[in-house]
Amino acid sequence: MRYADAGYNLEIDLATGNIEKVASNIKDTEDYLGGLGTNAKIIWERVPADAQAFSDDNILIFSAGLLCGTPAYGANRTIITSISPQTKLLAFSMTGGFFAPELKQAGYDKLILKGKSPNWVYIYINNDKVEIRDATHLLGKSTYETLEAIRDEIKDPRAQGLSIGLAGENRVFFASIETHRGSASRLGLGAVMGDKKVKAVVVRGTKDLSLAKPMEFMQECDKVLKYMLYRLENPIKGVPPILSLIGSPQEMLLHDEEWHTNNFAWGNARVRRKNFWNSEIERQWAETQERARKKLISCYNCPIRCAGIIELPGFPTYVMKCYSKITYTMAAMVDSLEFGLKIAAKAQHYGVDGFTTPQVMAFALELYENGILTDSDLEGMPKDSKEEQFFWLLDRIVRREGIGDILADGVYWAARRIGKGAEQFDRNTIKKHEQIPIKLGMLNPIYYIMWSTGEKANITQIEGQLPQAPFPSRELKEEFIKDWIQIPTGKEERFKNFILEWGEEGKNFPFWPSPDLIAELVEWQELMHYVDDSLGLCAGLSSFPLKPPYHIHNLPLFIQYATGIEYDEQKLWNTASRIRNLVRAINIRRGLRREDEKPPEDHWKKRFPEYEQKLLDEYYNYKGWDSRGIPKKETLERLGLGYVAEEFEECGVYNDKA
Amino acid sequence: MELSLKKELGVSEKKKVKFIKIDVDKCHGCRACEVACSAFHAKPKYSTINPARSRIRVYRDELRNVFVPVYASFYTKSECAGRRVYIAEHKEHSPNRAEYIECSFCGAACPSRDLFFEPDSGLPLKCDMCEDDPPVETPWCVKVCPVGALVVEEKEVEVEEEQEKEDEVETGLEALADKYGWDKVIETIVKKVKNE
Repeated sequence: MRYADAGYNLEIDLATGNIEKVASNIKDTEDYLGGLGTNAKIIWERVPADAQAFSDDNILIFSAGLLCGTPAYGANRTIITSISPQTKLLAFSMTGGFFAPELKQAGYDKLILKGKSPNWVYIYINNDKVEIRDATHLLGKSTYETLEAIRDEIKDPRAQGLSIGLAGENRVFFASIETHRGSASRLGLGAVMGDKKVKAVVVRGTKDLSLAKPMEFMQECDKVLKYMLYRLENPIKGVPPILSLIGSPQEMLLHDEEWHTNNFAWGNARVRRKNFWNSEIERQWAETQERARKKLISCYNCPIRCAGIIELPGFPTYVMKCYSKITYTMAAMVDSLEFGLKIAAKAQHYGVDGFTTPQVMAFALELYENGILTDSDLEGMPKDSKEEQFFWLLDRIVRREGIGDILADGVYWAARRIGKGAEQFDRNTIKKHEQIPIKLGMLNPIYYIMWSTGEKANITQIEGQLPQAPFPSRELKEEFIKDWIQIPTGKEERFKNFILEWGEEGKNFPFWPSPDLIAELVEWQELMHYVDDSLGLCAGLSSFPLKPPYHIHNLPLFIQYATGIEYDEQKLWNTASRIRNLVRAINIRRGLRREDEKPPEDHWKKRFPEYEQKLLDEYYNYKGWDSRGIPKKETLERLGLGYVAEEFEECGVYNDKA
Repeated sequence: MELSLKKELGVSEKKKVKFIKIDVDKCHGCRACEVACSAFHAKPKYSTINPARSRIRVYRDELRNVFVPVYASFYTKSECAGRRVYIAEHKEHSPNRAEYIECSFCGAACPSRDLFFEPDSGLPLKCDMCEDDPPVETPWCVKVCPVGALVVEEKEVEVEEEQEKEDEVETGLEALADKYGWDKVIETIVKKVKNE
């Protein structure tokens, strides 16, 4: 009897059409939880180091997290894992919504797609009945239209799906996989799905999912719900409004975008408009948002309404959340929120990443302004309006038409294909992946480590639980730490002192705090994300916001009561470290090394190259990695990853001079 | 007052009945109510989760901004026409969608759709307002709805004696009698009692 996980994976060989229901090993649940953890184990075992995103031997895994389908609030994430066409490293994007719990209810923890289909298909899972169906008639349909059409076809409005649009069909390197409620956007998983000629996967499940200790589990759920409601009524004082609540930053609810617009860079991650936000802009943007937003909605079993249904005349309806609200507006350097919401409608229906896409287009226009791309490269592009140029570029990219074919590879690869100095305009990628455009003054040593070493190459997937700046007064600091229950055992004093001291005389970046405290703070922030990604919990209720409802103290109880497997804080910490190191090992085997781990040159105005390298040395050492960033043999063995160390030795990873 | 006497005097009894009031404007489609309901009614309590067994289901359609919780409530006395009704909005967007759209969001377990039937046995499900011992103050679905889309309300209904709830055993026996005749049913009961 399995509790909390279904105990089976569904494996489909797309080349032969073979469908198998394969039992999973409960020991893997104990050691790797589920979601990202068990996905990483499967990728390590099955995908050869030289397999690329579009190789026959690359696989695409759609996984529920371990707690998905249980009554744990916000446990609804689908973790999609494969190899990225853009970074050539592990890609593990996630989406909220309703797919993962439905997959569990159908009796599976994962759907694993192997090989490539000869023709366009969609996968329809209805409990034990699994079909590979023809999808030729769905080609060209948008992400949303595709799922609508399939629900009509199978006559089941309760089926849940994931789909790609034109961008995925055309293997755009930053194509997303979308649901009606969210998207797995980062690292080009939509292109992998498109390469496998799978237009959509749809699932319907009506089976039971069991809990090992139901009464205890429900009591923990109850406590979490109470705390969530408390946090919603008690925003953190002394931080910007969008950081004061829980959930994904509440940008569909709130209108105050001062923090993003004044602090983040506009255009091709180049310009800061420090005085952009004023009362007139706030009035206009609030009016636009109120008019466009039909309703605030949630994911499965979650009381926090992070997303908004957006509908503007002449544009298809879609569901939007978080910072994508303004990424297009800021990249195009226009003042209109309405433009951003309109182009995002098209982008989401085409199925592209809302972080990367606007930056690719801003990059193209900067190349044009600097004469590197010419009128002949951009033949047919509207001349006067930035907004129209963005719409035009988007249409070219998702179809890979003309210049769009080059831009569809993302900034890093496009710059190298274009040449003629275009590389110099590749100003905001890490590990070949476009980052959130932030260009600040003074080096932040904590963020330096996180930007450099984050395996997902995306800062929001590693940061969390710490304020972005010191609290403005002693009183606010004390108020913040007085009920800061989320800190790991044994770190309370150090972390609370960090908050208290930060901003006082001599206690400022970059040479404060000490490297070991930096390492501890980074490790805590990061490991909690690995826990969420394996449990299928929304980071918005756990690793991302200040004082989240889920933390290192109650999560072991959730795991234990759900699965019946004994868990405590130390064991969960070890498990998270194991998963984190396995993810790194996959990337190390694929060639990731120290020299790839650096933020863009202009990320901060004030840089300290020698000090930065020292910080990185200290951090690697703290993690048990060697000076090239490779996990040492004893580190791997301590975490139960001896098999990784063995392979590293066999294939000479430890001996390479790279 | 004795019920029989009331009947003779023609006095009707007023009884408070709890029901769940649904505010569709507030519902945001998270389906926490389905999760809670199926967990509460599992045996042992909370041991399994399966929204397909839930006595409340949310019809959700993000693109048309339609979020309608429907709970398994009263049966209609006479058979409804079974016509598939759909909201005007739907027609506009996609005329052929009417095929599967809920028929008028009624709360009955009805042969014309798959709502409110046990997935295994096919038996109909009905909301019992989370009847429990000791009694719960608020049904679970209402408790977990943070936006107040579900609210418990009480209304007074007049009950005449005939409308007193029939005993479940009685209903069951009548059904058996319809099928096998009273003689056979009585004979079986007697045999059973003797054996025990």
